Amino acid sequence: MVTGRRIRVRGQVQGVGFRPFVWRLAARFGVSGEVSNDAEGVLVLGFGRDLDGFERALRTEAPPLARVDAVESSGCDVARRDGFAIVASGGPGAETQVTPDAATCAECLDEVRGVGRRAGYAFANCTHCGPRFTIVTGLPYDRAQTTMAPFGLCDACRAEYENPADRRFHAQPVACPECGPRAWYEGSGAGAGNAVTRAADALLRGEIVAVKGLGGFHLACDATNAQAVALLRTRKRRPAKPFALMAPLAVVARHCGVSRQEEAVLSGPAAPIVLLVKAGAALPDAVAPGQGTLGWMLPATPLHHLLCDAAERPLVMTSGNVSGAPQVIGNDEARATLGAFADGFLMHDRAIARRLDDSVERVDPPMVLRRGRGRVPGTLALPDGFSDRQVVAYGGQMKAAICLIKNGRALLGHHLGELDEPLTWEAFLQADRDYAALFDHRPAAVACDLHEGYRATQHAGGLGLPVMAVQHHHAHLAACLGDNLWPLDGGPVAGIVLDGAGLGTDGTIWGGELLLGDYRGVERRAWLAPAPLAGGDAAAREPWRNAAVRLAAAGLDPADRFHGKPVAMLLDAARRGINAPLSSSAGRLFDAAAACLGLCPDVQSYEGEAAMRLEAMAVRCEGAAAFGDGCRIGVDAVFRELMSDAIPAPHRAWRFHAGLAQAFASRARALVAAGEARAVALTGGCFQNALLLRLTLGALDGVPVLIHRQTPANDGGLALGQALVALAQMESA
Amino acid sequence: LAHGGGGRAMRVLIDELFTSVFKPDSAEDQARLMTPALQQPGARLALTTDGYVVTPVEFPGGDIGKIAVCGTINDLAVGGAVPLWLSASFIIEEGCDIALLRRLVASMAREADAAGVSIVTGDTKVVEKGSCDTVFITTSGVGVIAPGDDLRAEHIRPGDVAIVNGMLGDHGATILAARGDLALSAPLQSDCRSLGHLMQAVLTACPGLRAARDATRGGLASALNEMAMAAGVSVELDESALPIRPEVRGMCEILGLDPLYLANEGALVLFVPQAEADAALAAMRSVPAGQGAAVVGRAAARGTVPVTMRSAFGGTRIVDMLVGEQLPRIC
Ligand SMILES: [Fe+3]
Ligand SMILES: [Mg+2]
Ligand SMILES: [Zn+2]
Ligand SMILES: [Zn+2]
Repeated sequence: MVTGRRIRVRGQVQGVGFRPFVWRLAARFGVSGEVSNDAEGVLVLGFGRDLDGFERALRTEAPPLARVDAVESSGCDVARRDGFAIVASGGPGAETQVTPDAATCAECLDEVRGVGRRAGYAFANCTHCGPRFTIVTGLPYDRAQTTMAPFGLCDACRAEYENPADRRFHAQPVACPECGPRAWYEGSGAGAGNAVTRAADALLRGEIVAVKGLGGFHLACDATNAQAVALLRTRKRRPAKPFALMAPLAVVARHCGVSRQEEAVLSGPAAPIVLLVKAGAALPDAVAPGQGTLGWMLPATPLHHLLCDAAERPLVMTSGNVSGAPQVIGNDEARATLGAFADGFLMHDRAIARRLDDSVERVDPPMVLRRGRGRVPGTLALPDGFSDRQVVAYGGQMKAAICLIKNGRALLGHHLGELDEPLTWEAFLQADRDYAALFDHRPAAVACDLHEGYRATQHAGGLGLPVMAVQHHHAHLAACLGDNLWPLDGGPVAGIVLDGAGLGTDGTIWGGELLLGDYRGVERRAWLAPAPLAGGDAAAREPWRNAAVRLAAAGLDPADRFHGKPVAMLLDAARRGINAPLSSSAGRLFDAAAACLGLCPDVQSYEGEAAMRLEAMAVRCEGAAAFGDGCRIGVDAVFRELMSDAIPAPHRAWRFHAGLAQAFASRARALVAAGEARAVALTGGCFQNALLLRLTLGALDGVPVLIHRQTPANDGGLALGQALVALAQMESA
Repeated sequence: LAHGGGGRAMRVLIDELFTSVFKPDSAEDQARLMTPALQQPGARLALTTDGYVVTPVEFPGGDIGKIAVCGTINDLAVGGAVPLWLSASFIIEEGCDIALLRRLVASMAREADAAGVSIVTGDTKVVEKGSCDTVFITTSGVGVIAPGDDLRAEHIRPGDVAIVNGMLGDHGATILAARGDLALSAPLQSDCRSLGHLMQAVLTACPGLRAARDATRGGLASALNEMAMAAGVSVELDESALPIRPEVRGMCEILGLDPLYLANEGALVLFVPQAEADAALAAMRSVPAGQGAAVVGRAAARGTVPVTMRSAFGGTRIVDMLVGEQLPRIC
């Protein structure tokens, strides 16, 4: 029987070649009618005999970049028509969705490496790949409102753009050497050769090259050349923070173990940096000093593919910025600020509309360390039980990212950075405006941290909306629950929150907590014995401070270990409470333990350095016994053992991890056994530590455990948790 | 010292301690004041008041009495007024050492004399032990602003330069050191001093002087934020140009404090047009309170935030107002 049907497709279905896909399906299933984009997604009006099969295929055969959340259909009296039409989007707000930038697809790469008109072309793309969020300047998403606007289509590209059978049908950034952006090289060396080969030659000579990427500039050098890596470190004033690397998969596999799942994440459209365990041929230690892992990404644009092909070796690809400042995105800005770092510039003339850092992830155990290029503005589903109210949340101070919730989905924005940096603060304000427009968002409330010294919290107070201040670690826990789709009424969980520092409800600084509760509220059930944060934020930079107060508390003399440090003054100031708030921070406990073992006691050259070195030291002797297990979790005995030279340092490092994991896991397990908690959630910045995460998972064997999979356990996920807590509290109010 | 109402012991105390030193012109309940400067058309009176509380009450480089005189003089001076008269009101804790009070009063008289200011009226109250800490002093000051002078933050324009008169943070660091025991002590002195002569020198040398503020509580950071917001400009500081003693810097490093937020009692920041920067520097350096004068920053068109600071390595960060207690934010 021939019937009419109105089919609504929701999800990430715009700008990904969905309408031509529908058009091809219609031909296959003999369906007539039309397809269009609108504010809610894609709408199909179909008329035919096998609408069931057609509808099923919409779901199961969607194009690579599409994500179909829902297909809803109802009968309708479509005027029977011949053929199937792709209808132009109607009216303003008709096409509101923008998808994340996607790595070059296999077909485009074949063209670039082949002999056709896009041979060697650095900006080839199609509906299955290419730039998206980084080129959008306005909505709806079409070429005129992207940084491709200045490039008029040539006849050949226009024909592709207008042909529903072509994979470039309505690919907004479609381009070719005739009409699209071009690349060039600025720098010394022979003028012969194209931009990419000149850049590659410079890299092979040991020079530093600034490369304009999708979301910003990178600084590149030959990763196999120890001198070049050292030069980059000196120029960037970045003594030890690991550099990201770029190479094709086969090259990556020569230097690190790559599992099947790791390969899938590396080569997926998001193309994030993936942390992989070193194995096989070594690279110079200066690439990631003192680390057991390396951060790799595959080339994600034709430009990067061509550069890697020409260089034929792994490249360091670190973000192009002045220390502490965000990544540079403009050509003039790059010449002005990166001129001191780079010997040459691989430039192009397609503007970057918004700065987007590379995403950083780990696969086993799973962990998102930073959400950026390729992941945003992708949305996350909300757990069951939450209403359709709209909320915006502003996150933390250090790894700022904002979150918007609407219609059962959460948009967790990109990593912005530390908000005391003026350009980062501007990026925060821009992100706030951009995402509100993108999501057509009208928040009923704004959520933020309790800490009034966070710039984001101050901003939240000035909007004229109801403000919901959420305790930092409650927000971390809620983010982990949300990541796991834990229902609003899923019951209480035990949250092991091992974190840096967040303001607690008692006015002290928390960070090593066992919380019991859910989105609506939590009780603090156990915590690390507090110690003064001597010097406030200085304690987060200088590990010896934390060691000194912990050793003094354990009855040991810190002066023995830290000669030349003003230990007496520090302890005196701590006693007097001069800039020394009490804190149960787990992050600072890691710093203290690292300093006791001689790992960067003076100062951390990057955030997390001490803990990362401690982890790298510990994994060398996996399997040693844990330090003694202990509402306050005492650590005095731990510090006496940490200082015991009778045990080799790596063993002490391992036992510290294991002891911390067991102390919290046993208490969490008890809450589950007593029926108070239904599961255990692991969250907070310390769980970026793979060893700690594995040991905690091991100690919780047999108990349901929730861990972060798509969102960062660090403050990058905070806004999601704040938004969910605010929403939950609005429900109960 | 026993507290009480208007008993004989009190009157004797007041007579002896205060009147003998400050020598008011009349025994009436009010001072009666006139000066030729006030009779010029366009001249205006400036009036300010401030309460002073500091622990300890005596510290290297000053005491609460000196601060109470200098602080109020400075509040007049940065408005372009010539400070002339002060009142002083004392809240004294029962049991306070008479010798200490004597020293404080002498210190006030000395400071007022040096600044050409008379302490013309006052009051004392003795309160129960624990109701105050040793002694609190409130001073009010009156000065005269010459016709045509009109300093205010709203006059600051993009391109103007910001100049400080000398070392920053000495007072705050001295007080912290004086509170600690030996372990924290460093050879530091408060910068407590009056800035009346300095301001008059700048007013004479720089007709274009826009505005000045004393950088007391909340430090230079807070003074600049207030000024930038009032003027609708942004100020960029140059970290390497800030005059800060190595001892102060060292102490701040240990305590994890930012010298930009340390209190000063003899530091001011003023804005002049670029063209008058050298004249302002020379005028400031011609008086003792301006020996360390230095250009520390520049106003620009209003940006996203009022005050930023550029570091020696080219990084920039936002410099906020001091909001309450600074709690750690690094997670
Ligand atoms: Fe945190
Ligand atoms: Mg005042
Ligand atoms: Zn493609
Ligand atoms: Zn073309």
